[in-house]
Amino acid sequence: MSVIYILLTISIIVAVIFFIAFILAVKNGQYDDSYTPSVRMLFEDELVKEKPNKSIQTKQD
Amino acid sequence: MEHHSCFHCGLDTKDSEIIFDGKSFCCNGCKTVYEIFSANDLTCYYDLQQAPGATPKDIEGKYNFLENPKIIEQLLEFNDGNTQIVTLYIPHIHCSSCIWILENLNKIHPSVSVSIVNFGKKNVRITYNAELLSLKDLVILLNSIGYEPFISLDDYSTGKKHIDRSLIYKLGIAGFAFGNVMFLSFPEYFDLFTNKTGINEFWLEQYKPLFRWLMFAFSVPVVFYSSQEYFISAFKGLRSKILNIDVPIALGISVLFIRSTFEIIFNHGSGFFDSLTGLVFFLLLGRFFQQKTYTFLSFERDYKSYFPIGITKIISDGTEESIQVYDIEKGDRLLIRNEELIPVDCILIKGNARIDYSFVTGESKTVIKNSGDKLFAGGKQLDGSIEVDVLKSVEQSYLTQLWSNDVFKTDKEKTFTSITNNISQYFTVVVLSIAFITTAYWLLVDSSKALNVFTSILIIACPCAFALSAPFTFGNILRILGKKKFYLKNASVIEQLAKINTIIFDKTGTITANKDTQIEYEGVALSTEEEAILKSTLRGSNHPLSRSLYNILDEHDILTLDSYEEYLGEGISGQYKQSHIKVGSAPFVGRATDTATLNTSVHISSNNAYKGKFTFYNAYRKGLSQLFNQLKKHYDLAILSGDNEGEKENLTKLLPAKTKLLFNQKPEDKLEYIKYHQSEGAHVLMVGDGLNDAGALAQSNVGIAISENVNVFSPACDAILDASKFDQLYQFIKLSKTSLKIIKWSFALSFIYNVVGLYFAVTGQLAPVVAAILMPLSSISIVSFTTLATNVAGRKLK
Repeated sequence: MSVIYILLTISIIVAVIFFIAFILAVKNGQYDDSYTPSVRMLFEDELVKEKPNKSIQTKQD
Repeated sequence: MEHHSCFHCGLDTKDSEIIFDGKSFCCNGCKTVYEIFSANDLTCYYDLQQAPGATPKDIEGKYNFLENPKIIEQLLEFNDGNTQIVTLYIPHIHCSSCIWILENLNKIHPSVSVSIVNFGKKNVRITYNAELLSLKDLVILLNSIGYEPFISLDDYSTGKKHIDRSLIYKLGIAGFAFGNVMFLSFPEYFDLFTNKTGINEFWLEQYKPLFRWLMFAFSVPVVFYSSQEYFISAFKGLRSKILNIDVPIALGISVLFIRSTFEIIFNHGSGFFDSLTGLVFFLLLGRFFQQKTYTFLSFERDYKSYFPIGITKIISDGTEESIQVYDIEKGDRLLIRNEELIPVDCILIKGNARIDYSFVTGESKTVIKNSGDKLFAGGKQLDGSIEVDVLKSVEQSYLTQLWSNDVFKTDKEKTFTSITNNISQYFTVVVLSIAFITTAYWLLVDSSKALNVFTSILIIACPCAFALSAPFTFGNILRILGKKKFYLKNASVIEQLAKINTIIFDKTGTITANKDTQIEYEGVALSTEEEAILKSTLRGSNHPLSRSLYNILDEHDILTLDSYEEYLGEGISGQYKQSHIKVGSAPFVGRATDTATLNTSVHISSNNAYKGKFTFYNAYRKGLSQLFNQLKKHYDLAILSGDNEGEKENLTKLLPAKTKLLFNQKPEDKLEYIKYHQSEGAHVLMVGDGLNDAGALAQSNVGIAISENVNVFSPACDAILDASKFDQLYQFIKLSKTSLKIIKWSFALSFIYNVVGLYFAVTGQLAPVVAAILMPLSSISIVSFTTLATNVAGRKLK
């Protein structure tokens, strides 16, 4: 029956880990700007495929 | 391929098209930016958004003050001599291309190591190597690619800003505890339903204390950290003898916690920890929802946000030196460059002054000054450099003096009792008396139950749903209005707006539109030829009146004039073949100064024969008469103008007869006028726009600033209204009234829940599970009712 102790301990430890992750995220300012990261995230792909001259041509057509 | 707009900034290129690299540009500036980007392999900038750029401005010498180490030190966030970090506000940030290019600054200049954009706040935080790149060079680099930072006196005085994140922490902790406590209390709830024989399940009996103490452990931070503010506010309320809504909440929280703790110590039951944590979580959620902030707007701006940090001083031997604005002393000689703001009252000594006072008065027409004239602080110089002698220091100047008035030191929100607090006064008294009466009753009937009943009443009467009605209603209304371009500072503004009975408008820039003026011609009709010459003559002049006049005249072939001359402060003249035309002030065209009309007018004479004059009238915003006619039924209306009475006749024609019209009002006069009406019991809404309205906006119950471009300029106020939505003002006020009705309805709804709960409590049968069901049920139903009702009300807006 004492397996309940182990289960409770594990569940609380997991919960606390996520809680600490949340606190750290707030502390690092992740909640200060909720818009820019959503745009920034999309840039990485553009950079990899970057073919400046060609893409400008298509834009103009 | 035919191009019509600039590849870089999107402006029309028809006047002076420059073709470079197969693309068209409107000017050399835009072309240069494109060259910089293509040289650094950054043309991806143009893929993300079409024509995202801005034309770089000429800033020769403008940032010389960034050489002053004292000023640099104040602006930097971090500095170890080598690496420096600075956060710069860049108004032009507006699209994803902006983010991309600014975050790739290191490709243009390798000394920049990191740059991070905050789109909402329109700023960029740049880490760079100070040995290779000075702050001044960095600013010039940003300007060269069309992203000129805006550095004002505000950056100087506030220093490093502290971000308050405590509400998110508190909410996170309460939510975390709520979830876990809920899990831990479930076994006992199931036990309650499955087993009716009275014999408890064996394993649960064994581990009950463990579950209960774990719940206790989770609740401790919720009570002592998350709900801190409720205790503080209740304490403050009691000390100033006000029973605010936080008194019953704080009472409920402490009774819940103390009773639950005693229950688990003496093994009476499982306590109410789930209700406790849930209550705090929902309350904080309401607070979070209400705290809708517009990061791109500022409601706290005073003159400091617009004044420069540094200015160029000319020392007696003729050398220039950058000094801080606060160090300016009476008698100093200053150099004001093109596009620079005049920070102090002064006398013009040298140069052509053409001053734009739109920051101060909202009037966009520029004023020409001659040497010896007095210039007031807050104006922007537009025509080359001027030299001035200082008359007063920054704080003592005509405009800035306004901020020493006491209105700017009082917090409007604190002097006002909200509807929630108003009702909670009665609520608290009623709850406490019910608690004491029933306890007295139970003491007589069954004294063992008395304490139980007393605490149950305080728990169940804890006005959770009550406290949630206002935050959720106002929070949602705030969002709805925000979508309609009416931005409120906080939720209490909605309540204030609903109580308004007097509305006062500023004239220039508020009920008149900045951009267009109406021009009327009086006199002998001009022949086609004369008109053509007039138009060609005006073409050469840069004077704002000439520009507006040029724009309204019909299209004509552009004639090449034989001679053209501009007389500063008087007018212009042009000669084409035999015809000679003079445009300008009355004396310039050979007429006596006309004192009858106070409006600006431009006189015309052709071949020395007087022809007539063009008079400039203010153009009023569309829907103005209609708006005033809607408003006059419910409100007292007045117009306070800083200008002369030139427009009086026009206004009386346009507006309902009851409207009071007052002219020649100084900033202090406006403030005093509002104060006087308030002392007679009026609730005043002030609608203004310039810095000269700042006092009136602060003094009024609700101050609304009208802004043609919400990102650029507005004085301190309670709300910012986009100029295009001006005619909707009445609808907005109506919506605020509807929202108060919605709150009253949801109060009624939550009162029903309280009565049901009180029944259980008074009869002494409040089990934890009943509280745990009733509490979230009432909260959720209130939240959904208010959200639904406000959305329905908001749909009526156009």
